[in-house]
Amino acid sequence: MHHTRSIMGMPVILEIVDGTDTQVIIDRIFNYFISIDDRFSTYKSESEISEINKGVVASVTYSDEMSEVLRLAEQTREETGGYFDIHTPGGQLDPSGIVKGWAINNAAKLLRDGGHAHFYLEIAGDIQTSGRNGEGEEWSIGIRNPFNHAEIVKVLYPHEKGVATSGNYIRGNHVYNPLFPTQVPNDFVSLTVIGPNVYEADRFATAAFAMEKEGLYFLEHQDDFEGYAIDANGIATMTTGLEKYTKSYTKV
Amino acid sequence: MKKTFISSIFLFGFGAYFFYTHLTTAATANTSSTITQNNSITPTPITSPESSSTTRSPVVVKPVAPSVPKKSIGQYVDGSYIGSVADAYYGNIQVSAVISGGKLTDVTFLQYPNDRGTSISINRQAMPILRSEAIQAQSAHVNGVSGASDSSTAFEESLAVALARAKA
Repeated sequence: MHHTRSIMGMPVILEIVDGTDTQVIIDRIFNYFISIDDRFSTYKSESEISEINKGVVASVTYSDEMSEVLRLAEQTREETGGYFDIHTPGGQLDPSGIVKGWAINNAAKLLRDGGHAHFYLEIAGDIQTSGRNGEGEEWSIGIRNPFNHAEIVKVLYPHEKGVATSGNYIRGNHVYNPLFPTQVPNDFVSLTVIGPNVYEADRFATAAFAMEKEGLYFLEHQDDFEGYAIDANGIATMTTGLEKYTKSYTKV
Repeated sequence: MKKTFISSIFLFGFGAYFFYTHLTTAATANTSSTITQNNSITPTPITSPESSSTTRSPVVVKPVAPSVPKKSIGQYVDGSYIGSVADAYYGNIQVSAVISGGKLTDVTFLQYPNDRGTSISINRQAMPILRSEAIQAQSAHVNGVSGASDSSTAFEESLAVALARAKA
């Protein structure tokens, strides 16, 4: 059964297939997300991140969670050659690009620690699945058509990995084809990434999307990452290993 | 044994010299070629250098394109064209494109970033060929959906730019 709540202004979907009396763990998961939102929301003036941005908090007093997220953000910035950066042009910190995937991944650990092996956990398109669905089959994920949100254009079976899609349009300097100078570069409008877990998928989806066309090659060269990018002309390009996620192990 | 050693030294030296002259010629050819800053499709033939002071042995470089373009039999006029230096955010990119028989037959990178961390990690390995497909609506039932909520906005922005350019 699906449990959906709106937290952080985004739909949070949790489905636990195994175990009885799951209400306690369900409440714990949703409360965890609420606490994360209270700490990391840049829209809440009293959140820890807002206090830090106001300059009223010394770094030595940062919470463990804040210190960890800032450390992971810096690590990601280095791993992506600066394409991932939580520093805004205005000199503020906005870790929202890393908090969502990180929080889902932590919640998935809470579920596993609670003895659950078969579940689905999603916040606004970033998904961690585990085990089998209610029909005893592998979880299946559709990639949303960026031009028609009622449609899906690809079916993926994450095989226990994490899935995230990035689509924020980031303006940059474009390489123009000297032969077709009037042609708009085929920037991606949607980039779906499969990674070792939802945290990894989310942060590299954000970074690879900012890299534009090079993003797919960036993913291609990472171990255990695949990407499916859709451009403005409705053409999808995928990394060479994506194919193995288009087939279910349970359906023959 | 000594003879083998001497001859291998000689061979190595010859190879190094050939490589050196080849490199300097290529570099001279690049700097002397015309850069079309306006991205126009007017053919700009790459001319070979008349002489090169840095090259000590005569290395013949054939003109890549005739000074008078051949009659076009395809969409484009035969010749070699150099693109503008484009800022790819992590470095500059400049390509040269060769049109033969009215078709694009070769694209070479005259400039490609290789000095910064990201560029190195991207360029270190040969670029594999990635498969593409036209997206199609799927009727399959799925457990969940992954998608960027605001990508349609980006599409509209992109399309607006495309239409504006198409009018120009």
